[in-house]
Amino acid sequence: MTATITSATVAGARIELLRQGSGRPILFLHPHIGVERALPFIERLSGAGEVLAPSHPGFGESERPAGVTSIDDISYVYLQLLQQLDLRDVLVVGSSLGAWIALAMAVKSTERVSQLVLADAVGVKFGARDQLDFADIYAIPEKKFIELAYHDRSFAQRDYMTMSDAELVVVARNNESTARYAWSPYMYDPRLRHLLYRIAVPTLILWGAGDRFASVDYGRHYAGAISGATFMEIANAGHFPHIEQPEATTAAIVAFARRHTAAGQHKGITEQGAFAPCISPISEGKF
Amino acid sequence: MRVFHFSEQPYPPAWLPELKSLRVDLPSRYLDPKIMADLYERYIDEWVLADQLGFDVMVNEHHASATCVSSVAAVTLSILARVTKRARILTLGYPIGNRLDPVRVAEELAMIDVISRGRLEMGFVRGVPTEIPVAVRSGVTQVERFWEAHDLILKALTSIDGPFDWQGEHFQYRNVNVWPRCYQAPHPPVWITGRSPANVREIAEKGYVLGTFLSGYQTREIFDNYRNARLERGLSPAGPDRFSYLGLVAIAETRKEAERRAETMQKWLTSVALVSEPFGNPPGYFSVNDSARMLRARGGLKGKTKDGKVVDSLHGTLPELIDAGIMFCGTPDDVHRQLAEFREGVGGLGNFLMMAHAADLSHEETVEQITLFGKEVLPRLQAAEVPKQAVLA
Repeated sequence: MTATITSATVAGARIELLRQGSGRPILFLHPHIGVERALPFIERLSGAGEVLAPSHPGFGESERPAGVTSIDDISYVYLQLLQQLDLRDVLVVGSSLGAWIALAMAVKSTERVSQLVLADAVGVKFGARDQLDFADIYAIPEKKFIELAYHDRSFAQRDYMTMSDAELVVVARNNESTARYAWSPYMYDPRLRHLLYRIAVPTLILWGAGDRFASVDYGRHYAGAISGATFMEIANAGHFPHIEQPEATTAAIVAFARRHTAAGQHKGITEQGAFAPCISPISEGKF
Repeated sequence: MRVFHFSEQPYPPAWLPELKSLRVDLPSRYLDPKIMADLYERYIDEWVLADQLGFDVMVNEHHASATCVSSVAAVTLSILARVTKRARILTLGYPIGNRLDPVRVAEELAMIDVISRGRLEMGFVRGVPTEIPVAVRSGVTQVERFWEAHDLILKALTSIDGPFDWQGEHFQYRNVNVWPRCYQAPHPPVWITGRSPANVREIAEKGYVLGTFLSGYQTREIFDNYRNARLERGLSPAGPDRFSYLGLVAIAETRKEAERRAETMQKWLTSVALVSEPFGNPPGYFSVNDSARMLRARGGLKGKTKDGKVVDSLHGTLPELIDAGIMFCGTPDDVHRQLAEFREGVGGLGNFLMMAHAADLSHEETVEQITLFGKEVLPRLQAAEVPKQAVLA
């Protein structure tokens, strides 16, 4: 079975929405490179529930609602989407920029969200003011980004010469939209760090062990800043574990989701055990 | 025809063959401030000479670049406002889509206009793609910001009855009240650079002076877009004074010497494209469709010859550049003939932006070029009868 391409109209804009599987809703939020290369992962994940994977406003084939100019704005679009589809007990899985969106949603409302998985997240500034927390994709060649972001570069290959015009337009839309939302401040929202106290659902932070775009150290800071978050590395993966290790990534997500459902812990996880927080001191550090 | 003497105020000692990028990421360690001080001094002297010889003068602005160390056009403009006596002083221009503070821009321009006693020509540009990486804001919505900044600057320069407030999409201010008010009423003439049909139409509707750079005889199409846009809207026809064109000039008593100078100046053309890969196509600068095409192949700066042959404006051979009207080269007679032909070919040209200095052309050579042009070519161009109204193609 393959994913069905549907759409939903949110805030007056048509949002492209992939759907696959059935059961408990899982909202997958793609990274800045778009949803395309997540298809094998979405297929695996659909074994655990119904995966809904929208293309963010301005990405893929999605329109951009009037006034949506930030990740914060996108978070409202998706909270609205959950409400319109009347989804409950949603597992939100975000990768990189998608994890940033997931976090921006969760600090506003977890009424419909019961668990959060953030993979190689960006969006929060922890480092020194004269240093970026992540490599500057606008200052390095694409080849260099691939070196930093992939454990196995063969997963990154895109041959622009053989891609169709329509596919190239999607790449260009994704690039432009990323700049719209993440150019400055670069890949973070200064307010978000001060809102993390609002996260009160079980949270799993996944990190590609070979991520050199957003380092594992940065990931540990992230986990340490969210109460009760569990931190877990995915071996043989870079910044996009869902692309490089779809099986291991799915397994980690499913195990996390089941444990929490079994434990009946949907809110305010502060207890000890398998999900004890991986505490790292939050400090001005280098990544 | 007005002729504006223009130099980018480069720092050629840093144009080293091994460097693949001369802007954005080139460390300023490559610049010796003592040498730069000498260069600034000579560039200003050359503008003063141009003023004395009957030229107007032009300044531009780029950031983090060895090819143009005019990072704050207002500084040079301010100096020229004081040390020149009669020339019109053109900035082409202020990159107002990248500037964070348009009211500050209005204040700078108003002061320069007053100090120069009303000689400022106020040019606004979108700026080249490589300006985006050093700007705070991205290329996305840059055009919207450009026009909102334009509206705000014009309102700020023309409001003389006390403060106003501005609550726009991109800029918000209270108590905008620019002192001094402009010397020229209602404000200094506006120039804007443009090439795409949509952009040219907008400039035409407002009746501003259109600036085009290095487009050769393709300039005809660009100017015709302007002329037609005005006619279609029932606006007054555009005279030659609404058009300006920037080209290189290599002039000497002999063709051989002029060609030698032209070769030196060509180094500037080839340096323009020298920038690290990610800075050439910043997201949002080009349309999505253009960016998609550029993923397959980088575009370049192109011009056309009189016969319609496409020429690479940056890497063409000298004969190609001359045929295309990108380089005007030879004896004073040659240069006059080429320019007169070009003026006719584009349907009328009121303002020639003369790049008679580029790359590491020496002070002595530059002075010779300006002097020779000023004495032998400029009077003939000024005397020639300018058609009252440009003829449409």
